[in-house]
Amino acid sequence: MTVLFVNGAKMDLDVEPDTPLLWALRENAGLTGTKYGCGIGECGACTVHIDGQAVRSCTATVGDAAGRTITTIEGLAQKGALHRVQQAWIDFDVPQCGYCQSGMIMAVAALLAEKPQPTDEEIDAAIDNICRCGTFQQVREAIHAAAKA
Amino acid sequence: MSNSIDLGRRGFIIGAASLGGGLALGFDIPFDAEPASGEPLAAPEVNAWVVVKPDETVVIRIARSEMGQGALTGLAQLVAEELDCDWARVTTEYPTPAENAARHRVWGEYATGGSRSIRGSQDYVRKGGAAARQMLIEAAANEWKVPAAECRAEKGVISHPASGRSTTYGKVADVAAKRTPPTHVVLKDPRDWKIAGKGVKRLDTIDKTTGKMIYGVDVTLPGMFNAAIKACPVFDGKLQSYDESKIANFKGVKKVVRVGDDAVAVVADTWWRAKTALDALPIVWDEGPNAKASSAETAKWLAEGLNDSQPAVTGDEIGAARATIAKAPKTVEAVYSYPHQNQAAMEPLNATALYTPERCEVWTGTQNGEAALAAVAEASGLPLEKCDVHKVMLGGGFGRKGFTDYVTQAVLIAKALPGTPVKLLWAREEDMTQGKYHPVTQCKLTGAFDADNKLTALHMRISGQSILSSVRPQAVKNGVDPAVFQGLVSNGEAQIGYDVPNLLVEHAMRNPPVPPGWWRGVNINQNAIYLECFMDELAHAAGEDPVAFRRKLMAKRPKHSAVLDAVAERIGWNSPALDGVHRGVAAFMGYGSYVAAAAEISVPSADKIKIVRLVAATDPGYAVNPAQIERQVAGSFVYGLSALFFGAITMKDGRVEQMNFDSYDSMRLKDMPKVECITMPSGGFWGGVGEPTICVAAPAVLNAYFAATGKRIRSIPLKDANISFA
Repeated sequence: MTVLFVNGAKMDLDVEPDTPLLWALRENAGLTGTKYGCGIGECGACTVHIDGQAVRSCTATVGDAAGRTITTIEGLAQKGALHRVQQAWIDFDVPQCGYCQSGMIMAVAALLAEKPQPTDEEIDAAIDNICRCGTFQQVREAIHAAAKA
Repeated sequence: MSNSIDLGRRGFIIGAASLGGGLALGFDIPFDAEPASGEPLAAPEVNAWVVVKPDETVVIRIARSEMGQGALTGLAQLVAEELDCDWARVTTEYPTPAENAARHRVWGEYATGGSRSIRGSQDYVRKGGAAARQMLIEAAANEWKVPAAECRAEKGVISHPASGRSTTYGKVADVAAKRTPPTHVVLKDPRDWKIAGKGVKRLDTIDKTTGKMIYGVDVTLPGMFNAAIKACPVFDGKLQSYDESKIANFKGVKKVVRVGDDAVAVVADTWWRAKTALDALPIVWDEGPNAKASSAETAKWLAEGLNDSQPAVTGDEIGAARATIAKAPKTVEAVYSYPHQNQAAMEPLNATALYTPERCEVWTGTQNGEAALAAVAEASGLPLEKCDVHKVMLGGGFGRKGFTDYVTQAVLIAKALPGTPVKLLWAREEDMTQGKYHPVTQCKLTGAFDADNKLTALHMRISGQSILSSVRPQAVKNGVDPAVFQGLVSNGEAQIGYDVPNLLVEHAMRNPPVPPGWWRGVNINQNAIYLECFMDELAHAAGEDPVAFRRKLMAKRPKHSAVLDAVAERIGWNSPALDGVHRGVAAFMGYGSYVAAAAEISVPSADKIKIVRLVAATDPGYAVNPAQIERQVAGSFVYGLSALFFGAITMKDGRVEQMNFDSYDSMRLKDMPKVECITMPSGGFWGGVGEPTICVAAPAVLNAYFAATGKRIRSIPLKDANISFA
């Protein structure tokens, strides 16, 4: 058994320490909002926060995450209120298929926590998640809107 | 996999891959059909398309699949428009393919491809909404004992102004449902639309921002196992053997299953454990006849097909192109090529199946629910009536999820574990290497000028792969795959925009051992590069401006020239670009819509391109949701330009060399400027939106690269020329 702290809850999971955090979250914790896209840390669909930092959970292991604070897309809203990034995503109708957007939103939430008013250059450098639908235009607009919110 | 299955009562036939551009099957859609007895849907319905609940919620049934393209919202808008319901109370549901079969196919075609969701069903879904409206009004009028013609409906409220009475759809829905459907309804003039035609927000956004949306990959059933699979990495190879004893002690493993004759799956409690065990499983493949096949060999073989001495079929012929070219004072010739590419949807292929000897059900993201149902019946060996497919949200499709190979595999695995649901998920590496790839082709183009530098002939000779000959051979007649000529012929829904006095378009079909498939845009991707880059070459040879040169040839095709004019004007074609910025244009037609693009790029060094600005114009006839059209166009440019820069699937020793996004890259946010989208619906026809505009992005950028460097790039992708984003 491995103990993980996810979205404010303590979870005892039947999972080997070398299991990627992604799969422990999806299959053992039942949190399927975090998505599998590549398994090699390239696409960012699996981005979660560990101690507030954006991490690609397909290349982090359960052992790496044990004892640390993990936040997934399901835990981003606080006390029933959507995170300002989620709200901006809704306001700008960002998602198309939406599959990459959990990871995109988590990456952006971490960016704004660190840089509340990012420039386009800072956005370019920080947000390199793959979106095959090509929502980048709305993503950029929504990031700037969330920064102002 | 192309087996057909008879779905019974009305005797229509669907193939396991009945997806594709412009080849919709003919069938009658009954205007309304009685629900099959004993198979009630979620709530009493007014008719097949509309359910109004007592709380005034309106449930609109959607047959086509939502995969990001917005069809779910657009189709709901069309029904809601004619229904005159309150848009704020609209929700949607998918009737299952088995329900469709049981009800005489009342919801029409499920196949979601060829940019057909709106244009292919707009007529009957609008009639469905109008008929429901009529029945609701009649129910109220009947109760009030007044003529229905004196009643009005607006936002779900029915009123009779003369008597001041009013009621709501929810209150009369039960009574309305018992009425005889009207035999004739009049649809609104699109100029009077209040819900359709507006850029309303998508209906599926909130769950996509909170992690709640259930995609196929997220389906979880009680007691479910998970499966990971490997098929023979060489196309047409077989599974010879595997040594199960080597993974006997792996935690969580439940079963190892031979799947068909070419694959093996490990079933475990979790997918990660299944995949871990599969990666450790010793497997021996019989690599078969393609063990030494390579893309280099294919390229040579295709190049040979460009030679006039080789057999070819004609796609279109006007005048005498060969003779004109032979005696022309000036000719220009160029050879272009386009590679195999993977759709690489973000959600890898998956399906969840539950088999018992009595029934088989599948939960999956599919672009073709009916073909998936046929695949379930075939793989399970059960009659169609004992099978069903529950469609869930697709994490992208781009054509790949119109195939049903992964559904068949899931059923075959579940069949080995009767009574236990099994979710099959392909690893990204499996998704990348077991594809249905964008077809590979080359094209030799020859243009002839007379002494006055007027273009007198154009000869396009394509050599390469046919999709239809692989996935729907019955559509290939006398060796002609009509889809190969998409956008290059003078008639149909993808017409060449240029009137050249002598035109010859040919195809030397050469099918390499790589399975081809639909890939967003399909054959317009390469054909637009071939034609539109070559038009630039011809303009240059004639010493003319590329826009002016095209416009002269478009004189008789005002819709083609209108979109070209629109992008030229927006980009400022007639005034100079900023220092260091260079421009290119392209125009094309596909899926019934007219499209054009203009690009501005800078080339800081010969191997770096910065895309500065993109303008796109689309005339789809009618625009059901302009905001979503803009997103489709801009998004398709990301997809198309990713393909231009990075997109190549290559084969060596019979195996695909690209395994994941590290070797099959995709554009990132930093590479992509805003796309200025001009949506200019001219009315009178219904064109598609999801695919047509994609094809003009790449040639516009390539033409701008020539303007910047004087160098033509005629082979895709740019990474092969060591060119990347600045």
